[in-house]
Amino acid sequence: MTRTLVVAGHGMVGHRLVEALREKDVTGQWRIVVFAEESRPAYDRVALSSYVDSWDAGSLAMPPHDDTVELRLGDQVVHIDRDAKTVRTASGRVQPYDALVLATGSVPFVPPVPGRDLPGCHVYRTIDDLDGIRATVESARSSGRHAGMVLGGGLLGLEAANALRGMGISPHVVELGPRLMPLQVDEGGAGLLKRLVEKLDLTVHTGTSASSIEEDRGRLIAKLSNGVELDLDVVVFSAGIRPRDELARSFGLEVGPRGGIVVDKACRTSDQDIYAIGECANLDGMVYGLVAPGYSMAEVVADRLLGGDAAFPGADMSTKLKLLGVDVASFGDAHAKEEGALEVVVNDAVAGTYAKLVVSDDAKTLLGGILVGDASKYGSLRPLVGRAVPGDPVALIGPEGGVELTLPHDAQVCSCHAVTKQHIVDVVNSGDAVDVPGIKACTKAGTGCGSCVPMLKKLLSECGVEQSKALCEHFDQSRAELFEVVRSTGTTTFTELISRHGRGLGCDICKPAVASILASLDNGHVLEGEQATLQDTNDRFLANMQRNGTYSVVPRIPGGEITPEKLIVIGEVARDYGLYTKITGGQRIDLFGATVDQLPGIWKRLVDAGFESGHAYGKALRTVKSCVGTTWCRFGVQDSVSLAIALELRYRGLRSPHKLKSAVSGCARECAEARGKDFGIIATENGWNLYVGGNGGFTPRHADLIASDVDTDTLVKLIDRFLMFYIRTADRLQRTSTWIESLEGGLDHLRDVIVDDSLGICADLEAAMEKHVDNYADEWRGVLEDPEKLSRFTSFVNAPDTPDPTISFREERGQKVPVLLGVPAFGAAESPEVSR
Amino acid sequence: MTPVCELSALRPDQGVAALLPDGSQVAVFLTSAGTVHALGNIDPFSGAAVLSRGIVGDRGGVPVVVSPVYKQAFELTTGKCLDDPSTGVPVHPVVVRDGVIQVGSP
Repeated sequence: MTRTLVVAGHGMVGHRLVEALREKDVTGQWRIVVFAEESRPAYDRVALSSYVDSWDAGSLAMPPHDDTVELRLGDQVVHIDRDAKTVRTASGRVQPYDALVLATGSVPFVPPVPGRDLPGCHVYRTIDDLDGIRATVESARSSGRHAGMVLGGGLLGLEAANALRGMGISPHVVELGPRLMPLQVDEGGAGLLKRLVEKLDLTVHTGTSASSIEEDRGRLIAKLSNGVELDLDVVVFSAGIRPRDELARSFGLEVGPRGGIVVDKACRTSDQDIYAIGECANLDGMVYGLVAPGYSMAEVVADRLLGGDAAFPGADMSTKLKLLGVDVASFGDAHAKEEGALEVVVNDAVAGTYAKLVVSDDAKTLLGGILVGDASKYGSLRPLVGRAVPGDPVALIGPEGGVELTLPHDAQVCSCHAVTKQHIVDVVNSGDAVDVPGIKACTKAGTGCGSCVPMLKKLLSECGVEQSKALCEHFDQSRAELFEVVRSTGTTTFTELISRHGRGLGCDICKPAVASILASLDNGHVLEGEQATLQDTNDRFLANMQRNGTYSVVPRIPGGEITPEKLIVIGEVARDYGLYTKITGGQRIDLFGATVDQLPGIWKRLVDAGFESGHAYGKALRTVKSCVGTTWCRFGVQDSVSLAIALELRYRGLRSPHKLKSAVSGCARECAEARGKDFGIIATENGWNLYVGGNGGFTPRHADLIASDVDTDTLVKLIDRFLMFYIRTADRLQRTSTWIESLEGGLDHLRDVIVDDSLGICADLEAAMEKHVDNYADEWRGVLEDPEKLSRFTSFVNAPDTPDPTISFREERGQKVPVLLGVPAFGAAESPEVSR
Repeated sequence: MTPVCELSALRPDQGVAALLPDGSQVAVFLTSAGTVHALGNIDPFSGAAVLSRGIVGDRGGVPVVVSPVYKQAFELTTGKCLDDPSTGVPVHPVVVRDGVIQVGSP
């Protein structure tokens, strides 16, 4: 019999509960109804400050639940009748339940400062809060850089300061305690943290608080208890949270002395049928303000609802984050509270790094630690908490980091998803996962905060999975390394490259890869001389080979815009050569069934009519799809067609590690499906948003926003840099999505490189792209104008005009389609009859 | 033996197809080492007559052509498929006489 679970609240923890239950409840025991206060479904509140980058709430969205889950937004639970086991919502709906889970979260704590309700004073918790802060900032009257104050210098306070900075505000951070992040970081770490964030235009005031806020001619004047007066545009309170436990209080459930709904280790409240999870719950006297313990509670309740006996395993309060570009990590007993605990500190003020390990009194057990400035060792240290210290603690955190750490099998590698080393080793040893993306898919490890990804790589190699970067048996180098070899040595032939830097004759892996590198570096026509022998199946004849050995032909139609005259030419060519025609997904027309000897004649007519190669056959730019944009559309805000055409013409012929697709949408309705592309552009009122790393295919993926509201010149520069950086550093056949994932630091690193020029290579990348644009020439015209190349397009060397007798067609829906070829047995392969 | 083309018409590591009088097709290769090979042109995995359009190289030092359809490697000297030893393609005898390549029946 189906029972009904009612969930009050749809934050990250409520969302996780629903997902966990839907996953585990294979027999459909539970029907789930969720009532949420906010008008939007759960979003990634941990990443809230990144909302400022795009002002696109969708970028924070969590995966939607399946259709069986009833999600009622903007209609919170206001009443519980525990005897009748029903809840009533704000809209008056009465919903019976068999089990009720309170996941109502928390509210920001606003200290009782006079003036705290003035316009311009905000809290920092929801998307709506950020929209409010933005509105205040936009209406601010001050000229020049705006000033803001964040009350609270903890983790959330610094996140809020980060968000303010993203809006172009210089924030003052006011912390009552003696240092920043007092819960996570000690004095030494906080000292460095303060120094690093002050370089970023923050002003830090510690050991003080706001004593009043007053309005003065449209400005806010804050007086601090230490006498300092601040002239501000906006004030943000981010001084801690208070559990949302009012439902529990009103309807007789036990709450803690300082708030929070009291639950046991099964997350049950004082009512057997009511659970509480996340920030509203009080477990063993603690209210946890981090998402990871909330997720653990959600998993416990999902298990309990299905008759399990899971118990809250205790909270891992470990934190690793990048605050304002500064790495901060804290794990285990970071403050050495354990009796007799010893501290080992390496504080390198010059390098800007601080590291502390806390060990037991006998120095044998690792208890915790703090890392500021460089938290790269977090992934290997955190799982060792409570275990033997592997070697000299100073060496573990010293600048050399020369000690190899081996994790015990039950150590938790991914604390976001509670994945142990054993689980990861199992999926690797069973062959289910052979690389990091595989581990992510099998175990979810590394899909949360991502801090364990370096550890996943290490585990792969520990399991003996060859993470060899060798391109193939002929080259020990990776594709990226070969690219640099070719670029820096000016090598122009495969023979020269393999004789100097490889071995053997080459193969179907390294030859096309080198052909692509040579083409990316503009070494003339891809069928010139030796290059012709390197090309893969489709590039070899500049057309797409189909299953019967015939080819399809795709002329370029930039942006999908085409005149009737040109359409007629395509139609006439198709008719005259008897080609099957189909509209492609990239807004062009594919002509199928051409034999190799027909290709030159077909292209002669297309080129004469003004068409060029569409590179549908190449690992190269395919199309830049577009919607119709402002020219015609009532909703468009920019001219998407003109931009799509300009981009397609700019990047046409650009050879890359894999195919490249793009699209431009003229407004947020996104009719061109730009977020499914390697680089997608969506128009905004003020310019363009650039998204990167999307694709369809096996593993569809939405592209991520990398720059917003940029003008066209900036946009083109960013795309130039993005594409060239990809071409230079990606692996062969690696789409942009997996390439970005493979970058140490992922999208953030990519943004650092191509937006902030952290490597100082942007000018070089742009120059490389200019060179490509200048040297572009149509490949098919190149064939038609060269008798030597043209002579290769024959069916038989001894009978150039005799068509391949194995090819035959039948008719389907008025067009010709291939007759499927019989697959002959060994020894009978020569008889053409078998395939008739 | 059927003369199919002059040796000079071949580019190293780039095959050509030739039609024999019995209607069968051969893929003829000149390797960068200077040897000439002729294999049946039909790829046994797809049935398409395209082996001449494959990439020529080596696998573990064994000279091969790789089918352009599903990428199985065929040994140039024996026609054996290295990815599935139970199958392969016929090997045609081939000689170069007075600069002309001549191909026989398997």
